[in-house]
Amino acid sequence: MSGKDRLAIFPSRGAQMLIKARLAGAQKGHGLLKKKADALQVRFRMILSKIIETKTLMGEVMKEAAFSLAEAKFTTGDFNQVVLQNVTKAQIKIRSKKDNVAGVTLPIFESYTDGTDTYELAGLARGGQQLTKLKKNFQSAVKLLVELASLQTSFVTLDEVIKITNRRVNAIEHVIIPRLERTLAYIISELDELEREEFYRLKKIQDKKKIIKDKAEARKQAALLAGQDLANAANLLDEGDEDLLF
Amino acid sequence: MKGCIFNIDAGYLEGLCRGFKCGILKQADYLNLVQCETLEDLKLHLQGTDYGTFLANEPSPLSVSTIDDKLREKLVIEFQHLRNHSVEPLSTFLDFITYSYMIDNIILLITGTLHQRPISELIPKCHPLGSFEQMEAIHVAATPAELYNAVLVDTPLAPFFVDCISEQDLDEMNIEIIRNTLYKAYLEAFYDFCKQIGETTADVMCEILAFEADRRAIIITINSFGTELSKDDRAKLYPRCGKLNPDGLAALARADDYEQVKAVAEYYAEYQALFEGAGSNVGDKTLEDKFFEHEVSLNVHAFLQQFHFGVFYSYLKLKEQECRNIVWISECVAQKHRAKIDNYIPIF
Repeated sequence: MSGKDRLAIFPSRGAQMLIKARLAGAQKGHGLLKKKADALQVRFRMILSKIIETKTLMGEVMKEAAFSLAEAKFTTGDFNQVVLQNVTKAQIKIRSKKDNVAGVTLPIFESYTDGTDTYELAGLARGGQQLTKLKKNFQSAVKLLVELASLQTSFVTLDEVIKITNRRVNAIEHVIIPRLERTLAYIISELDELEREEFYRLKKIQDKKKIIKDKAEARKQAALLAGQDLANAANLLDEGDEDLLF
Repeated sequence: MKGCIFNIDAGYLEGLCRGFKCGILKQADYLNLVQCETLEDLKLHLQGTDYGTFLANEPSPLSVSTIDDKLREKLVIEFQHLRNHSVEPLSTFLDFITYSYMIDNIILLITGTLHQRPISELIPKCHPLGSFEQMEAIHVAATPAELYNAVLVDTPLAPFFVDCISEQDLDEMNIEIIRNTLYKAYLEAFYDFCKQIGETTADVMCEILAFEADRRAIIITINSFGTELSKDDRAKLYPRCGKLNPDGLAALARADDYEQVKAVAEYYAEYQALFEGAGSNVGDKTLEDKFFEHEVSLNVHAFLQQFHFGVFYSYLKLKEQECRNIVWISECVAQKHRAKIDNYIPIF
């Protein structure tokens, strides 16, 4: 960035005050945003580690669930269609809540069971135990999925917010503050320049005055030498006439 | 003499069936299948058996469901061949076997209709062995009452419906209870039919069906603990043609927990052995596995006698068990979950 990049402002005392205030504001804002970014980062790391943990667990739980499906199929035969036709509504539902982290609202999903098992008697004649196990396994898998979804959404939201905040922090740090500083430096230099000019002007005037004064002195001296005492010359006005009394 | 008369009508088919039976996988084949690392290996091993090139036209990657479909398709083709060449009374006997699949299909269709699913979507999901002419007509029925009057009375299953389920029940009853009530009626009818055929068929089939009935009674009792099914409703679902009838069933109807069921089974030597071998620990075989093993051994025994219809039933059941075994092994291979791969139920 060139050194010329600064705010187009007339260099004056007032403008200087204004820019100074803005600089102070920018620095304060930078500090605050930095703190926010840090807070978000902490949360972000926490979520990340949780996601990794849940995902590893997920792999195992899903594997277990898929395997129990195979087990149930082994004992019960093909029950897919009957179950599919029987289901009318979801048993596990999701409720969405909001969490606030440093001014960012994160959606949090919470699963809850709604109503009873619609097809409780599945596998009554054969494979009931396997089906119960299957249900249990898939329920825990679904719960884990919901948790993971909640974490992932938070992760994405946080990621975006962190990016924006970091962009702001960087913009303030690398663009706005230097620009304000440059403007301030420019104003100061201009004001100094003005001051110097003023000083020089005053000096010049003094010189002029001095020359004029010297000249007058010289003239006076000359006149004095010529016999004219200008200083002691009688003033026409001071020549007091005797008051006439009639 | 008996064999001579039997062979006039059913000799060829029995021979055919025994031939099919030799194609059932042996222990050695299972040992090979268990060693497989991928489904492609499994396919290769199956090619060496009686299944031949049944998966040859399937594009890879192979999925477990394709294997399942193909296995079932092959079984259905074999069974339908037997059915098409049969004459009375064997044809009725074979029809009786298909009724159990029909019950499953009807239940599926009723559930679908009650929830307003398009029938064209449901038909392909039905088991091909249980398909019947009136199946397509189910969509004309909008309400359960219409369904009952217009469609169900014409199906071969009508007698089972008449006995136990009235029009109102279709609306209110749990679908699983309807299924089990139908199955109970079906088992009892099949039992009576086998008795009526008499001779060796009756000997063999009645034992298998009695076991099936008792198994259903015991499993239903165990599975109903902790559900909304009341004891009276439960008692209505017990097929009354097994060895447990009537004392054991009465005792089962009163049972409140697993231990009481076990106590009932103690009075019957063969079931006592099954309960004793079953455990709920991780490595142990479950009660249902034990029942499966016993069923398989009964079905294998059916082949020890000649001149009876039991071989057809046994063949179908064994083949079904084999399909489940292969699917199980494929699942284990596909999911790389080898710890339990040996839980299949060996047939020979």
